[in-house]
Amino acid sequence: MNWLFRTLGASIGKKLMMALTGLSFIGFLLAHLAGNLTIYGGNDLFNAYAEHLHALGPVLTVMEWGLLTLAMVHVITGLTLFYQNLQARPSRYQVTKWNGGRTAGSATMPYTGIIILAFVVIHLFNFHFVNKEGTTIFQIVTETFANPLYVMMYAAAMVIVGLHVSHGFWSLFQTVGANHPKYMPAIQILGLFLSLVLGMGFGFIPVYLSFMA
Amino acid sequence: MTQDAKTINITLKVWRQKGPGVKGKLETYQVNNISTHMSFLEMLDVVNEDLAVNGKEPIEFDNDCREGICGMCGAVVNGAAHGPGKGMTLCQLHMRKFQNGDTIVVEPWRARAFPIVKDLIVDRSALDRIIQAGGYVSINAGGAPDGNAVPIPQEIAEKAMDAAACIGCGACVAACPNASAMLFVSAKVSQLALLPQGKPEAAKRALTMLRQMDDCGFGNCSNERECEAVCPKEISITNIARLNREYLKAGFFSEFK
Repeated sequence: MNWLFRTLGASIGKKLMMALTGLSFIGFLLAHLAGNLTIYGGNDLFNAYAEHLHALGPVLTVMEWGLLTLAMVHVITGLTLFYQNLQARPSRYQVTKWNGGRTAGSATMPYTGIIILAFVVIHLFNFHFVNKEGTTIFQIVTETFANPLYVMMYAAAMVIVGLHVSHGFWSLFQTVGANHPKYMPAIQILGLFLSLVLGMGFGFIPVYLSFMA
Repeated sequence: MTQDAKTINITLKVWRQKGPGVKGKLETYQVNNISTHMSFLEMLDVVNEDLAVNGKEPIEFDNDCREGICGMCGAVVNGAAHGPGKGMTLCQLHMRKFQNGDTIVVEPWRARAFPIVKDLIVDRSALDRIIQAGGYVSINAGGAPDGNAVPIPQEIAEKAMDAAACIGCGACVAACPNASAMLFVSAKVSQLALLPQGKPEAAKRALTMLRQMDDCGFGNCSNERECEAVCPKEISITNIARLNREYLKAGFFSEFK
């Protein structure tokens, strides 16, 4: 198994782990978004969705632990890369300029990543590690978003998720070696589309709920 | 191309550093009457003559062929490796790219793997160590085969040539926000992996060259694409995708560990 650690431990190996875990999170976010959209159906539909999801029982628990594992790999590898990349240039340039390659998404990857991590922790304490006795998830969500501070924080966090995905999506294909003149333009367009769908899809929910309240 | 020469006055801020590990700083020089037909290096020559006449240390900078093919010259000019101008080395950059009264900041390549030797000169032997780790063909390929005995499609030959255009100047490392040498390594791996002579050792080469790159202290590629934007030979990051493929193929499916 030594070869496996050696292969994954090198720079391209670490990038591969970022790419695969990142792709898994995009899959998770799409499923999460599809579920969240039931909130537009109102109290009953949203609670029914939550009930059905929790009826999965142990399957859900396994998926939760799986997500946690993927998150650990993504965060630890990402922070390692961030640290190593800072180390690789000990003295910085006096004049820096973007020469046409970088984008707002690519230049901020580590920072948006850290913000998303902080957001996920807050998000879990808002809706997951919360006393659900005598109340419904719809109630918890609507009560939380009655507070404009949460609405703003959640909407801003979703813009940041969009920014992160705007670089992450095409970048993961490049990392696994899938860059070809025939399909790379389509991947890049799909990545921008996905970042808009995720950013606006999630971001509009708290705004909508605050208007309904 | 019959542009009339005019002269411009510029303010030059150059990184001056006496030696490795010594603290350096930007020094300002007022440079007058520079012909716009001069190359950037010729402008530095003029500055250096003036410094020498006045008994001061000239600015040290690497250069050799001065026709854009050797890969010796290079500096970061106003935040761009090899300065403004696409697909050219510093020696091919002309002063007509600048305006009268411009302030021009000149810095060396900055990377942990490229320690500064003096002023604008950096030690790029890390790139040589990467080549020594596997950037060659060591199998006995025999005598020259008959023409067309080994069919190579023209598009493949072109791709290999595009990768082989790399002159090893180090601009990709200088421009990379992470000081990664992935574009360089990818070009050197690609030029051989694409052709029959390079294929037998492709797996071992991808592993050893990448590990050497990591050992030299270069950063990790994060697909920022700044390298291909400044590369004087306009080498594409599709080569980096090919290196990723070659490395993962070698790491997971070859005999080499």
